[in-house]
Amino acid sequence: MHFTNNKTLFTLIGIALCVTASATPVDEVLVIDEELEMTTRVQAVEGHPISEIYSGWHYRTPETRALEADSFANPGMLGVEQGEEIWHTVEGSEGKSCASCHDDAAVSMKGVGANYPKWDEKTQRPKNIEAQINSCRVENMGAEPYKFDKGGQKPLTAYIKNQSLGMPVELDLSEGEMQSWWEKGKETYYLRTGQLNLSCASCHEQNHGKHIRADHLSQGNVNGFPTYRLKQNKLISLHNRFRGCIRDTRAEFPDAFSDVLMGLEVYTTWRGTGLSVETPAVRQ
Amino acid sequence: MEIRFLSCAVFVCSAAYFTFAQADTAPGDVEINAISIDKPLTDVAGDPANGKKIFINRKQGNCLACHANSDMKDQLFHGEVGPSLDGAGTRWQEDHLRTILVNAKAVFGDQTVMPGFYSLEVGADVRKDLIGKTILQAQDIEDLVAYLSTLK
Ligand code: HEC
Ligand code: HEC
Repeated sequence: MHFTNNKTLFTLIGIALCVTASATPVDEVLVIDEELEMTTRVQAVEGHPISEIYSGWHYRTPETRALEADSFANPGMLGVEQGEEIWHTVEGSEGKSCASCHDDAAVSMKGVGANYPKWDEKTQRPKNIEAQINSCRVENMGAEPYKFDKGGQKPLTAYIKNQSLGMPVELDLSEGEMQSWWEKGKETYYLRTGQLNLSCASCHEQNHGKHIRADHLSQGNVNGFPTYRLKQNKLISLHNRFRGCIRDTRAEFPDAFSDVLMGLEVYTTWRGTGLSVETPAVRQ
Repeated sequence: MEIRFLSCAVFVCSAAYFTFAQADTAPGDVEINAISIDKPLTDVAGDPANGKKIFINRKQGNCLACHANSDMKDQLFHGEVGPSLDGAGTRWQEDHLRTILVNAKAVFGDQTVMPGFYSLEVGADVRKDLIGKTILQAQDIEDLVAYLSTLK
């Protein structure tokens, strides 16, 4: 059965009524420990649907923003310290720690977290930091791979990314098949899911800057992960966040590190190109 | 714009038919005429007081997540994703409000982010226990229509 409606008229009414108070990202600068100025807003890369990119930091309350600006107050730094311990801990049949091969992370890991995910020739898929850690554990240390969010996965990822604090996020999409994973991720980003029928774009592209009940919607950038979430009092991994947002649309959510979520990680990381790595960011 | 909403909804609905109370119009049988649903979905008149509760309740309408509403100033945190609903009962007739609630896409177009509260036209990968189910029940829609009509 077909029917026609008078859509334009009502869309116009809708638009006219939409001009209500709308909170925007705050106009502030994030400087960590009064010395490291972060890039938290940046002109978008070509092909991005939004012209100016903001870190989620701009959408948080003054108290939360202050926590991130002070690395002693930032509760996520405890996780980073834990990661440093793990870095030096020998595990597995080969009697090695991360440091056995990579020495001082401040030198060897500087910049690494800013350029992941990267193409992995061996598995023919993109690998994120978590996947790289697991392949080192299995192949070089003779240790068990970490299960999702378990063992040292979150602290070690946070420690490695923290070595790139302040450096701009940039992916090399020309490696291997990164471009096709980007495409897949883009499809996921715009796919409406669940009983509520919403996509990532419904909230983070069409409505960033607005409140959804008590939450101030950001652009959903990923430059601060793992982030410390005050609500949950712990470090939250990126794939956990993805799953939470998808679950909130009342949909079944994909496995962590599945093809769907790896594509989404590639695509959302690209969307935040140029933002500083903020790990561990502090969020509500 | 043409919307092929009814035909596919009817198809999906046949399986779920028996989960809806006999007297209510099942989601797939709702007749939308342009933007009007002039026939109430149930035989019981809408209860505005209950509609107000559904509006607030996060597990039901959770309308406040997206819409501000001066009639409930005591509630913290009004959303901004949709327009304020102050005066909605003046701007819209009941039959149009009913359509907005049943399936907002029929009024605002496919791009709207407002969910269809009595529609089986839903997103991908719906949570297993919610397949074939609508967000609200027919009587909830009638209660909400009655409530919104009081917002003058
Ligand atoms: C129903 C609304 C909604 C949908 C749909 C949604 N999100 Fe979110 N998302 C939120 C809210 C609310 C927050 C917390 C506030 C914020 O940072 O925006 C959030 C936070 C995030 C964050 C953390 C941002 C930061 O600065 O730490 C990321 C990343 C994110 N979302 C990605 C996604 C992706 C990817 C999708 C789609 C798979 C998605 N979201 C779908 C509501 C949504
Ligand atoms: C996820 C966001 C969201 C939720 C939840 C939501 N709405 Fe909406 N609603 C919107 C948007 C956005 C519009 C504007 C139409 C458009 O531009 O697409 C709208 C429009 C409306 C309108 C017409 C507005 C006017 O005054 O002209 C009414 C009435 C309405 N919604 C009622 C409700 C009720 C009642 C509920 C809960 C049962 C609800 N909405 C839940 C987003 C939402």
